[in-house]
Amino acid sequence: MGLKTPLFAEHQALDARIVPFGGWDMPLHYGSQLQEHHSVRRDAGMFDVSHMQVVDLDGSGATSFLRHLIANDVAKPQTPGKALYSCMLNERGGVVDDLIVYFHALDQYRMVVNAATAEKDLAWMQKQGSSFDIDICPRRDLAMIAVQGPSARAKAVDLIPAGLREQANGLAPFAAAEQGDWFTGRTGYTGEDGFEIICPAGEAPDLWQGLLNVGVAPCGLGARDTLRLEAGMNLYGQDMDEDVGPLESGLGWTIAWEPADRDFIGRNALQTQREQGGLRRFVGLLLTGRGVLRGHQEIRSGGKPAGEITSGGFAPTLQRSIAFARVAPDVGAECEVLIRGKTVPARVVKPPFVRNGRPCIDLL
Amino acid sequence: MSNTPEDLKYTKEHEWVRDNGDGTLTVGITDHAQDALGDLVYIEMPEVGRQVDAAEACAVVESVKAASDIYSPVGGEVTEVNVALGDAPETINDDPYDAGWMFKLRMSDASQLDGLLDAAGYEALVAEEE
Repeated sequence: MGLKTPLFAEHQALDARIVPFGGWDMPLHYGSQLQEHHSVRRDAGMFDVSHMQVVDLDGSGATSFLRHLIANDVAKPQTPGKALYSCMLNERGGVVDDLIVYFHALDQYRMVVNAATAEKDLAWMQKQGSSFDIDICPRRDLAMIAVQGPSARAKAVDLIPAGLREQANGLAPFAAAEQGDWFTGRTGYTGEDGFEIICPAGEAPDLWQGLLNVGVAPCGLGARDTLRLEAGMNLYGQDMDEDVGPLESGLGWTIAWEPADRDFIGRNALQTQREQGGLRRFVGLLLTGRGVLRGHQEIRSGGKPAGEITSGGFAPTLQRSIAFARVAPDVGAECEVLIRGKTVPARVVKPPFVRNGRPCIDLL
Repeated sequence: MSNTPEDLKYTKEHEWVRDNGDGTLTVGITDHAQDALGDLVYIEMPEVGRQVDAAEACAVVESVKAASDIYSPVGGEVTEVNVALGDAPETINDDPYDAGWMFKLRMSDASQLDGLLDAAGYEALVAEEE
């Protein structure tokens, strides 16, 4: 019996298949996760993501705290509505969580962290923040719905309160706007355009119903996973964890090394890793043989073990099996995957696999 | 409530069996099984001509979530496989008892059919598992 979001009754009313996820009872699908995936790529779908943890952070020490806490640099997004994707590292350079930070005003930020790691993240932040003048406020009074797909913004915009609507309409990709307790980001975890809308928990069911009424398809965790994998987006707990760093997880681009005197947690460990070299590579795979790639399957190159799959599955838009894998640095353009005792050929490709409804890789 | 046709027999591993009356059986997976697995994306079939024993793993169905072995309900020889499933594995989800049939077997010992469940027996099994 897990925690329930403010939209749980809506999922029951739609006959969702409910499964446990990170301590929450969440919809896996509402009938067919493949159909839900296609709805997002072709039209508009929505996800209840209220289980994710919104954390508001303010105080005179907020900026210096965040510049110490996370590997990307909040000095970059210093105008209202700007967002930053970052890893939060431990002293060994391993990933505690990945998250997005939004700038609200000077020394006022909003973070959104993963549901399964929320308690851990908050304890970590409290501990690391003890000597800074900050207030850390987990917001459990809010709900969040991600509306994604080529028609998503057009369908959602009239359901956003009038005072926020024009700003929402004018948002650049990866920017956000807010008014009172409503917040809209032009962000997402699908590789399609769309909004992530935060609102007071009590107003979420009306928002959900309103979106249903304009033809937005309810979508569950199953589709969420196939969409993000196609979009080349990492999943914490599968693609990275506390024992592996961003440099071996395809997240080197999220580390702000400059300015060189910014002492963020994990910097020294990452520096050492960079200097020592021999780091494993994080790559995309396209299965060229038959079957389905799955997490933890062994990669072979030249007949020898050469790494393992971190996330794998069937890509509904590509109609092929794809994966992320962490491999030895000398793995070339082709490799093999051990699937239930048989070696099956795969090709190494550079993610993303799909963006804006179209394949980005060569499928031949 | 899953659909469990009266005229079929069933295994504990959620396969259904149709006796074709000519010494051959048709085999597939039940409505309960396809619902539990979710959308199917890949099917691996036995080779025509393969000899199988009762309870031997002889096929694999893969859904978005996981791979699942399919076991031969009786001993015999595989005589035919539903090749259409190769391009359209979701047929099993849409129509598990007809268009979603998986393979046909020539039985080596018809008495093995007696060990299978009837519809009521299968429904009781499903109720117990839930």
